[in-house]
Amino acid sequence: MAERDVWILGASMTAFRRYPDKDLIDLGSEAAFGAMSDGGVSIHDMDVLSAGNLAEAASGVGQRLQKQIGQTGIPVYNVANACATGATALRCVIMSIASGEAEMGLAVGLEKMGKMGLLGASARSDKKVFTPDGRYGAVMSVEGRVGTTLMPGVFAQAGMEYAGANEGVGFEQFAKVAEKNHAHSTLNPLAQYQKQFSLDEVMNAEMMAYPNTLLMCCPTGDGAAAMVLVSEERLKALSDAQRSRAVKISASVMTSDPWTDSDQVQPDVNTLTRTAAKKAYEQSGVDPQDLDLVELHDCFATAELLHYDNLGLCAPGEAGKFIDERGPWRDGTIPVNVSGGLISKGHPLGATGIANLYEVATHLRGEAGARQIEGAAVGLTHVIGLGSACVVHVLEKATV
Amino acid sequence: MTKQIPIVDYLVLDDGTPHLVANESEESGALYFDRRNADAKSGKDGFSRRRLADTGVVRTFTIVHRAAPGVTVPYVSAVVDLDGGGVVKANILNVAADPDHVEVGMRVSLTTFIAGTDDEGTEAVAFAYEPIEGN
Repeated sequence: MAERDVWILGASMTAFRRYPDKDLIDLGSEAAFGAMSDGGVSIHDMDVLSAGNLAEAASGVGQRLQKQIGQTGIPVYNVANACATGATALRCVIMSIASGEAEMGLAVGLEKMGKMGLLGASARSDKKVFTPDGRYGAVMSVEGRVGTTLMPGVFAQAGMEYAGANEGVGFEQFAKVAEKNHAHSTLNPLAQYQKQFSLDEVMNAEMMAYPNTLLMCCPTGDGAAAMVLVSEERLKALSDAQRSRAVKISASVMTSDPWTDSDQVQPDVNTLTRTAAKKAYEQSGVDPQDLDLVELHDCFATAELLHYDNLGLCAPGEAGKFIDERGPWRDGTIPVNVSGGLISKGHPLGATGIANLYEVATHLRGEAGARQIEGAAVGLTHVIGLGSACVVHVLEKATV
Repeated sequence: MTKQIPIVDYLVLDDGTPHLVANESEESGALYFDRRNADAKSGKDGFSRRRLADTGVVRTFTIVHRAAPGVTVPYVSAVVDLDGGGVVKANILNVAADPDHVEVGMRVSLTTFIAGTDDEGTEAVAFAYEPIEGN
């Protein structure tokens, strides 16, 4: 995929939920030690550390983590890139290894969100004397007065644009995505929710921003995920046990959103995903129809449906048909989000972009227990951070 | 007369009927509502002001039921493709806030409303869109 092939040697994640008695570094340490133990290596084997976190991004999270897991003087990258933070942190280690600067490295995505609420930051308080401010010369908060730019509404509008342009896509198809992901999470002990909901329950839950009901929105939460990555050369020198469980990273692609006529007012989550997917398929030589499982960025049910099409999992314009025919269910043609996805597994922002690789790698190793996709050999991961950043990885079961 | 101020500076109230203006890139023709350093499409500087049409078509919408404090719900937020160019996000007014009454492709026209009043009595005027009769 690059100058030098890079492999996953160790992988781990904490369960996603709320941890009132643990701090951010507790969660990161647990995932980091888990990944190093899983790979049969220690902090002294690491040539680089990359830490992905949003909520405490200015605090030197990587160095704080080192002070608990081992200060060895290696380079540390602190990464923040919206919801693509974890995957971006992972790419820092991939690039370090691919360039030849490092042989082995540790990437950790960690986040403690607590109950910050789905709507994120609250609107700016109104001024007592109206004075134009900022690049739009706004005299007061425009949120809710001049449309919505909060996440539930943004992704609802993204979904409704697809529904308006394609036959057979509506509220019910979007709701079926959440029905599936909640069902999938019942097999995942690491998921924040592990509760099944009927389609009626999904559709009749509290409406947040039509067509997304509460059960079609990911929760906030806490958690961490970590990976030890290694160069192919170094991997060849490791034990049979380590080599046999290693997973190949066949593609690692990152994109941002190119200019479109509408993305100044409504983020375009499609173009950068399509570009990243195309490059990832080219880099890996994998065809979408070869995929045994996909973990994609279902922050809202509407988003998942768009990405069936963006990632080429269905024919153009046929995402509604794909979910209607149960294609993305775990027993379907291309299982999507068998972990439960962000909607049900949870979405601690910085951890998400590594947790999805953990999920795919675990299946490729044949170690996913009750939720194992039998015979899984090729998988794809996808995250989007609004603003926007997209990262796609293709992972393959291979021997070295 | 009550003093009024636009909620954002790309809404013009004092030059004929209320309307939107955009910064148009002289290089690419791309349209923007904010203060620009350069054109995101071409990377080049150089802009002129362009009055945008008051009518357009709903490209997409949502109906927001849970909102930031102080915002009345439910309300309709939409992305509107303006006739002749320009894409804008705004609320849709004068329509029932349910999916049976709002649809992609609906034709709409510009309207304004009072979004708030400050301590000196100045009214902030916001823009929105409303269905064109005969939709």
